[in-house]
Amino acid sequence: MSIHVRDISKSFGAFKALDRVSLDVPDGTLLALLGPSGSGKTTLLRIIAGLEHADEGVIVEDGEDITERHARQREVGFVFQHYALFRHMSVFENIAFGLRVRKVPTAEVRSRVEELLHLVRLEGLGGRKPAQLSGGQRQRVALARALAIRPKILLLDEPFGALDAKVRVELRQWLRRLHDEIGMTSVFVTHDQEEAFELADEVVVMNHGKIEQQGTPDAVFDQPATPFVMDFLGNVNVFHGRVENGRAFWHGIPIDYPDYPHAQARDARVYLRPHELEISPLSGNGQAVTGNGRASGSLPASVLRVTRNGAITRVACRPHGSDAELQVDVPTEVARGLQMDLVPGAHVAITPRKARVFLPGPEYVI
Amino acid sequence: MSASQSRAPHASPAVSAALVAAAVGIVGLLIVVPLASVFFEAFAGGVAAWWTALAHDPDTRHAIWLSLTVAPVAVAINTVFGVAAAWLVARFRFPGRSLLISLFDVPFSVSPVVAGLALVLIFGRQGLLGPTLAWLDWKVIFSWPGLVLATTFVTLPLVVRELIPVMEAIGPEEEMAAVSLGASGWQVFWRVTLPNIRWALLHGIVLANARAMGEFGAVYVVSGHIAGATDTMPLRVEKLFQEYRTPASMAVASVLAGLALVTLVAKFVIERRLEAESRDLEAARSTAETPA
Repeated sequence: MSIHVRDISKSFGAFKALDRVSLDVPDGTLLALLGPSGSGKTTLLRIIAGLEHADEGVIVEDGEDITERHARQREVGFVFQHYALFRHMSVFENIAFGLRVRKVPTAEVRSRVEELLHLVRLEGLGGRKPAQLSGGQRQRVALARALAIRPKILLLDEPFGALDAKVRVELRQWLRRLHDEIGMTSVFVTHDQEEAFELADEVVVMNHGKIEQQGTPDAVFDQPATPFVMDFLGNVNVFHGRVENGRAFWHGIPIDYPDYPHAQARDARVYLRPHELEISPLSGNGQAVTGNGRASGSLPASVLRVTRNGAITRVACRPHGSDAELQVDVPTEVARGLQMDLVPGAHVAITPRKARVFLPGPEYVI
Repeated sequence: MSASQSRAPHASPAVSAALVAAAVGIVGLLIVVPLASVFFEAFAGGVAAWWTALAHDPDTRHAIWLSLTVAPVAVAINTVFGVAAAWLVARFRFPGRSLLISLFDVPFSVSPVVAGLALVLIFGRQGLLGPTLAWLDWKVIFSWPGLVLATTFVTLPLVVRELIPVMEAIGPEEEMAAVSLGASGWQVFWRVTLPNIRWALLHGIVLANARAMGEFGAVYVVSGHIAGATDTMPLRVEKLFQEYRTPASMAVASVLAGLALVTLVAKFVIERRLEAESRDLEAARSTAETPA
């Protein structure tokens, strides 16, 4: 079942939660709505489920307008952030709930619930109360309960938000396998980019009630459409630069920017991801490198701090003749292999492998 | 999960002993001794005399019967109102919501006698609705409906006040989950909302019932105090006492006091269940992984 969201707006008092959002979820896709809190992602999910009513806009499922359809009739499986399990009911009755209210015969309820308990690997726990389960088990009960009614789409609100790190990663992989098995169109909300990128076929980045970018995880990560997306997807160094004649300059290093071919110079912002910077001893100067934005040359800098974070060594540097701070992430192996000691005060050359340039537009908010 | 032990951090043994003694002394003097003396007086002439005083006086019998009918009706009205009002206030945000919550509390702050008088002003013969009620031939004041009205008024906050915090703590997610699973409004109420609030509701009902049975002031004004017709148990106690029939008065009083003890036990049991439920709620919300 495909979902098409057209120009959905929703306000809570003076707060505009969603501002003419349009979104397509192809049949069988696992899509992530990624954004900071208050970006409108949960509101959008609830509107798709019918739990919230949009002020404007249309929701279409497989060509059918379901905007006015009550949540009860939408055949949507919804997994709530804190699971919202029925506390006074056993695990069995929780999963059976959707079938019971549909007056499904008892024998059929029993076999369906057993089937789901097997699917979510909770056989034998049907008699437990939710309070007697671990967080990961509750999460799976919530999923089984949502799947029991054979929904056409599955919506999950921060499905792993309330779990600790280890369980989160396990459940994530398990959910991905489950999705591959049953192939149901699914949308989940998250503020964790790692989660979105690992799990989803498609990522939608939201901010201030608008969609910043939609695409595959690779496309979104490699070609961020806006400074916000660039900023939101991990650490980034931001510098002021200049752009003219199809090239931007960052500390004298030219970066190709064909989108601005004009001769008149303009202020621009240069975004550099810490792991896309290379570090080398100052004497061995860098060569030209290629990427999305082509950058060539290297920048002399002195090391301010070095922190080891497992496989990654983070180096804070200050480019010579500047008071800005630049963060460089180097694989620890590479840092060890350098022909120099990475210590505060050491002089290094920084070579950008990739850089992105954005012209500050009217929509740009930092 | 470990129950947290709360302990006053700085109280010296002498101070805490003095405080305990003071508390025990006050509770004993003000509550235990007077209550015990009611039973003592009631049974001073033996169980047979107690029983005769209760069962062989037709006016007393009628008073007991009246209390046993008025209180449940008032409590039933309160239950329906309380659930609906608490749901409205806990699930929706609307202008005037805080004012409405404050209004629920008015019966607590208004003297019951004033409440009774207010009802007479509305429903009495000279009252606002007097002509209409006369035309309909409905007697409210000095009659059974008046007793129910007055009792309902004074017990109004008990159920709704009990439910609002519990409903707010539970939140709307379970109800939303039920709707998304295909449940109708009534199915959500009977299968999800009501089971979740049942102990809080029962707590409110028990408190409202105790208050309804014991109500004197408001009922006194609207009843007209007619023996064998509009006298409830508390009114009967007062009347017998005024007539210097102390043993009979104490016998009826002992029934009311006994009811209070039953309420106390019920309250204790229910409160334990409520605590267990709120612990469950917390556990269900907790982010910690607990090995199952």
